[in-house]
Amino acid sequence: MKFTLNNASADARAYAYTGSREFNAAHRTAVFIHGAANDHSVWALQSRYFAWHGWNVLAVDLPGHGQSDGPLCTSIDALADWVAALLDAAQVETAVLIGHSMGSLTALELTARRPDLVSKLALVGSAVPMAVGDVLLDAALNDEEKARRMIVDWSLAPNSHIGNNHKVPGTWLPGSSLALMRRMAKGVLHNDLAACKAYVNGLSAAASVRCPALVLMGERDLMTAPKAALGVIAALQSVRTETISDAGHNMTLEAPDVTLAALWRFANE
Amino acid sequence: MFELDTLSVHAGARPDPTTGARATPIYQTTSFVFEDSDHAAALFNMERAGHVYSRLSNPTNAVLEERIAALEGGVGAISVASGQAALHLAIVTLMGAGSHIVASRALYGGSHNLLDYTLPRFGINTTFVDPGDLDAWRAAVRPETRLFFGETLGNPGNLLIDIEKVAEIAHTAGVPLMLDSTLTTPYLIRPFEHGADIVFHSATKFLQGHGVVIGGLLVDSGQFDWLGELARKNFPTLSEPYRGFHDMVFAEESSTAAFLLRCRREGLRDFGACMAAATAWQILQGIETLPVRMERHISNTRKVLDFLRSHAFVGAIHHPELPEHRDHNLAKKYFPKGASAVFAFDLKGTRAQGRAFIDNLRLFSHLANVGDARSLVIHPASTTHSRMSAEALLAAGITEGTIRLSIGLEDAKDLIEDLTRALKAAERVQQ
Repeated sequence: MKFTLNNASADARAYAYTGSREFNAAHRTAVFIHGAANDHSVWALQSRYFAWHGWNVLAVDLPGHGQSDGPLCTSIDALADWVAALLDAAQVETAVLIGHSMGSLTALELTARRPDLVSKLALVGSAVPMAVGDVLLDAALNDEEKARRMIVDWSLAPNSHIGNNHKVPGTWLPGSSLALMRRMAKGVLHNDLAACKAYVNGLSAAASVRCPALVLMGERDLMTAPKAALGVIAALQSVRTETISDAGHNMTLEAPDVTLAALWRFANE
Repeated sequence: MFELDTLSVHAGARPDPTTGARATPIYQTTSFVFEDSDHAAALFNMERAGHVYSRLSNPTNAVLEERIAALEGGVGAISVASGQAALHLAIVTLMGAGSHIVASRALYGGSHNLLDYTLPRFGINTTFVDPGDLDAWRAAVRPETRLFFGETLGNPGNLLIDIEKVAEIAHTAGVPLMLDSTLTTPYLIRPFEHGADIVFHSATKFLQGHGVVIGGLLVDSGQFDWLGELARKNFPTLSEPYRGFHDMVFAEESSTAAFLLRCRREGLRDFGACMAAATAWQILQGIETLPVRMERHISNTRKVLDFLRSHAFVGAIHHPELPEHRDHNLAKKYFPKGASAVFAFDLKGTRAQGRAFIDNLRLFSHLANVGDARSLVIHPASTTHSRMSAEALLAAGITEGTIRLSIGLEDAKDLIEDLTRALKAAERVQQ
């Protein structure tokens, strides 16, 4: 589904995957927000299930990613405002927000800014604040392929570097992760990582959240290690946590069924 | 991320989650039990991933698919019944009647036959070009062109494609470049690193390596943008809703694996050229030793080349590692580890002498295959390329005296002794 946003130029289009379903006003809405240098497709094995089980789904491509036009948002604040504008354009009154990594920060800030829009908040592979090392940031600026390989090394659990055949037949996860990042225009990865690093309002935003929240962590996540989520867990008022064993930062692809089950329980309870 | 030698042994294969078996089991089953009716419906509708029916996917095949994708640096792969089935699956996924392919004229005879004689019956036509003539690739593009296709090493004259430049021409035209990398394997070249978009293998050859099964593998780089300005119009099978699958738009469903998704969900489902699990298992055994075998194939080939170059009864030798080969400079660029253990040479003699040469070999087996542990020999003009016209043969670098060798893993001294004896016998035949 394509949207035109009021605050964007006339020809700037925003894209959200809907699971090949029409918007149904009688259904609840789940919004999926991807991470740095990714797009809606990282949610394929969660969002499509929601869409065919009674939910409206908007798995967005953030500006300058996937099929959404730029310009890039250079801060988490701007990303939150952009998603809010998209929900307004789609005439969504309230939604469950589900964000991964950079998308989790976006969802958190959006919930703080527009509590009227958010009924529940799920943070997947999150860390607040989200430390991004200078080595990775420098690589993203000067040698994107090196940065992409660092991210794959740190994002996938050790077993995911060997194989995943019992989860998604025929798919090679390290290759898929690299390919998706390579499809982004030059500069997107650095922009996103810098936005994550610069976001300092996370714990304050979390303290203001009143809706139920879920923090979903990958046991073997080296990008946003579970201990890096302890602060936001403490700050949220109504929160529960789940840890997925033998999954890293890319748990939506590494452990698609377990991730779906956790999100499905949370959204429907 | 692991290196190629490690991936050859491990990629895709974790210990069996149920039994702990370390080697990949052969999942000899047609079907897989659903957890409940919701799980069944979700699997059928691609809401969840998993195995349903072995024509579509099987756990043993999935290990093989991951392994070749890992070795090639792709996003995924599909195992099919043969290399020809892989070529067919790719073409019918990308296009229909009224479409056009630009292909190298130096192709395996079976591929040439499919493109030149069979596909036109279904409305898909091909223009063949000299693989080294960049202007010819460019000039052959038509509005209805949907694919560029060639071999990493054009069979049997070992003519090369400048992959990076041909890929650039293809991408400007809004179409992908697909390469048959059967003769080179990811040990010698990873075409995606040079701009190719799709790779396929006859796994029957070096990947399995022992001449015991027939199989094909189709690998996607995940790099071609099927929703690009030109591509979106060129590939409605990927960019527009498909009525055969709940109006799914494959390029929206998967940003990097749309091509494979449609191949599996339409091509495998409807055409059905799947690979048996036992075959996948045997190819896996071969791939585990691919790097060490390829190293030996190449070192043996170099010794045989040295011998043949010094023999008075041998004319042209069509191997790009030799300085006199027209694509020697390209070979140095694209094949730093060696350029194939399959090559042809011309005898300075008659057709009768050619037959005498083949009939007097003892170690080399006379058969229609390449990439075996055993050394092999064939006469292309009367066998693999027999359906090509004299003009097409010449254009592909084949004469009536051309002999094709596939160098195996025996001791090179024994191979050279065998060739010496057969050449002597051929020379004795009355001219």
